[in-house]
Amino acid sequence: MITRTFDDVFAPPEAHGHAESDTNVMFGFWLYLMSDCILFAALFASYVVYTHSTAGGPTGRQLFDLSGTLGETMFLLMSSITCGFAILAMHRRQARQVIGWFAVTFLFGLGFVAMEVHEFLHMVAIGAGPDRSGFLAAFFALVGTHGTHVTVGLIWMLVLMAQVMGKGLTPRVQSRLMRLSMFWHFLDIVWVGVFSIVYLKGMV
Amino acid sequence: MAHAHATTADHEAGHGSLGSYLTGFGLAVVLTLIPFVLVMTGALTGPSTLVVIFAAAIVQILVHLHYFLHLDSSSGQRWNMLAFLFTLTVIVLLVGGSIWIMYNLAGRTMIDQGRPPSTGEMM
Repeated sequence: MITRTFDDVFAPPEAHGHAESDTNVMFGFWLYLMSDCILFAALFASYVVYTHSTAGGPTGRQLFDLSGTLGETMFLLMSSITCGFAILAMHRRQARQVIGWFAVTFLFGLGFVAMEVHEFLHMVAIGAGPDRSGFLAAFFALVGTHGTHVTVGLIWMLVLMAQVMGKGLTPRVQSRLMRLSMFWHFLDIVWVGVFSIVYLKGMV
Repeated sequence: MAHAHATTADHEAGHGSLGSYLTGFGLAVVLTLIPFVLVMTGALTGPSTLVVIFAAAIVQILVHLHYFLHLDSSSGQRWNMLAFLFTLTVIVLLVGGSIWIMYNLAGRTMIDQGRPPSTGEMM
């Protein structure tokens, strides 16, 4: 019986000269994304349960500004398509375009995070922080967790742009870029749930 | 995922093209604008607006999965799809179960938060 070591399973494709290990890593990352889905589902469930638990404090209808949410949504959607363009450039082996498109993706993502931080700071300033009510605690937990994911994605993007510059589009770097793009598209899907269940439903 | 073969030559098939990314983007923009415009203008009221919001969200999520994450029912995606369907089951149990139990509790204990299911607002 051959025992497979960590390196056998996770070694970069060029080390083995075949794509099997890459398949494993991609599937493993997909499973991580699925577990992240369940994390967000728990946060969505608690948010829906706490929606009306405002403890006499402000409600979503009083707090949310839909034009801002629409702006955030468009930023994230634009960043999703430019991320796709970066991956298409990667398949064409055009490193400069990969970096360029990821730079655009980064700026859209940064715009999203900036708008969200601005919204959070404004809410805390007017006394609608996470300590005000069960509703606001659940709101900050859900939306904040998504925003944290986006921020981590931005840092990951910077690291991989540096790797493309330094190492070029090696199979290992390409494999990492594919996972970053999966992560990024996944976050856009979670945001569809956030703007529908938190913001739009909150304003009806 | 078709992504699995990113380093081999056959990536074009599962990875979408410029056209499919643009199609997905166009659909996503439309499916975002429909519920936003409806809510911002107040064109519809009450339950019908909620139905449109949730329908648009579900369709948009499918659009993202298909055009951006390239998830489909092909044989190369079998395990990804299986993991996805399992996750979906867990999510339905987790979210549906929480809402069901907590609204029932609110209704039976007359706690002044949350509304009982009889008001017709389950989500």
